[in-house]
Amino acid sequence: MAGLSDFVYNTFLRRNFTMLGTVFVSAFALQMAFDTGSDRIWDSINRGRQWKDIKAKYVQAAEDDDE
Amino acid sequence: MLARSALRSARSAGAVARNAASKTTSRSSSTSSSTAEGAASSWKTNALPAGATAFAIGTVAWYYHLYGRNVDAMTPAEEGLHPTSYPWAHEKWHKTFDHQALRRGFQVYREVCASCHSLARIPYRSLVGTIMTVDEAKALAEENEYDTEPNDEGETEKRPGKLSDYLPSPYKNDEAARAANNGALPPDLSLMVKARHGGCNYIFSLLTGYPEEPPAGAVVPEGLNFNPYFPGTGIAMARVLYDDLVEYEDETPATTSQMAKDVTEFLNWAAEPEMDERKKMGWKVLAVTSVLTALSVWVKRYKWAPIKTRKLVYTPPIQTKSPITSKLPKPDQKS
Ligand code: HEC
Repeated sequence: MAGLSDFVYNTFLRRNFTMLGTVFVSAFALQMAFDTGSDRIWDSINRGRQWKDIKAKYVQAAEDDDE
Repeated sequence: MLARSALRSARSAGAVARNAASKTTSRSSSTSSSTAEGAASSWKTNALPAGATAFAIGTVAWYYHLYGRNVDAMTPAEEGLHPTSYPWAHEKWHKTFDHQALRRGFQVYREVCASCHSLARIPYRSLVGTIMTVDEAKALAEENEYDTEPNDEGETEKRPGKLSDYLPSPYKNDEAARAANNGALPPDLSLMVKARHGGCNYIFSLLTGYPEEPPAGAVVPEGLNFNPYFPGTGIAMARVLYDDLVEYEDETPATTSQMAKDVTEFLNWAAEPEMDERKKMGWKVLAVTSVLTALSVWVKRYKWAPIKTRKLVYTPPIQTKSPITSKLPKPDQKS
C-alpha cells in the first residue's frame, strides 16, 4: 500500500508539471466517463422515445424509395 | 382597552390566588380541602382570556369574510372551465418527448391546423433530427416558394425553400387572416403551449371539448362556437378534429383524442424544443453538485474537527481583595 501511494506521489504529484498534467488528463477522462455513463442511463430511461430510436425506420424508407 | 382590562384581570386573578393561598394556610390544620373553591375561582380566572381569544378569532374571521376571499373580476363563464390535468408522459422530469408522437403531431398540424394557423418561429432545419430526416425536411422545404434577395433592380424572384427557411404562414398578414376568419385572428401556434394557462392540458381540452350542442341557456353569439374551456365560452374556431381525419403513416388509429394529444405534444415541442436536452442537463447538474456538496460538507467537518473537539478550561483568578474571606483559614489554599 505504501509502495503504491509512494509511486503515485512520486510519478504524478511531486513535480508541478506532472501534477498539472494529471489534473488535466483526469478531468478529461472523468468528464468522458460521466457523460457516457449519464447518456447511457438517460437513453435507457427514454428507450423508444427519442429520434435516434425511431430514425432507422425513416432513413431506411427513404433509401427504399430511391431504388 | 382590551389590554387594560386584561391587566386588571391578571391583577385580580393574582388576588384570588393569594386569597386561596392564605385560606389554605389558615385551614392547614383542618382536614377539609378547598378543591371546590379552587375550581370555581379557576373558571372565573379563565373567563376573560377565553372571551378575549374568542373575540380575537371572531374578528379575524369576520375580517377574512369581508376582505380575505378571492375576488374574481370575471364570472366563471368568462374565466372558462379549468382544463383537466392529464398525465402527460413528456412532462415528467425524466422523460423526453415521444418523437414518434411529435411526428404524428406535425402531420396533424400540416394537414389540419396549417390552413389557418401559422407556426412562424419554426425553421425546417429544427425538424431535422427531431421529427424527420434531412432528406424529408429538404423535400418539404422545396414544396414552398420563398422570395430571393432583391437583385440590382430591387426585384425579388421566387426560389424553392431551403432548410434555413421558416415554415410558411397561411395568410400574407394578420388582416388577411382576420378577413378570412370572420374577423377572428387565428394566433400563431409556435409558443401557444407557453402562452396559455394550463399549457398542454388547455389545448387538449380545447380541441376535444366541443359539445355536440351548446348546453341549454348558453348564449352563443353569431359566428362563434361553444367551447366551455375557452374564456368566454364563445370561440371563433369551430371544432376541427374528427375521428379518422388524418391517416397516420405509422397506422396509429386516428381518433379525435389521439390527434389532439399528438398535436398538443408537437406544439409543446415547438414552444420548447430544448426540453429534452434541458432535462438531461438538469440531471447532470444535480449529480455533479450533489457530489460537490458532499465534498464541501466533508471538508468543512475536516477543517473544524480540531476546533469542535478542543476542551476549554477556565481557571478563575484568585481573589485577593475580599477582606473577610482572605482572612479566613482555608482547607487547601492555593498560592
Ligand atoms: C378554420 C380555421 C382553423 C383551423 C383549421 C384551426 N384553427 Fe385554431 N383557431 C382559429 C381561429 C379563428 C382562432 C381564434 C379563436 C378566437 O379568438 O375566438 C383559433 C384559435 C386557436 C387557439 C387559441 C385559443 C385561445 O385560447 O386563444 C388554439 C390553441 C388553436 N386555435 C389550436 C388549433 C389547433 C391545434 C388546430 C389544428 C388541430 C387548429 N387550431 C385548427 C381557426 C382555426
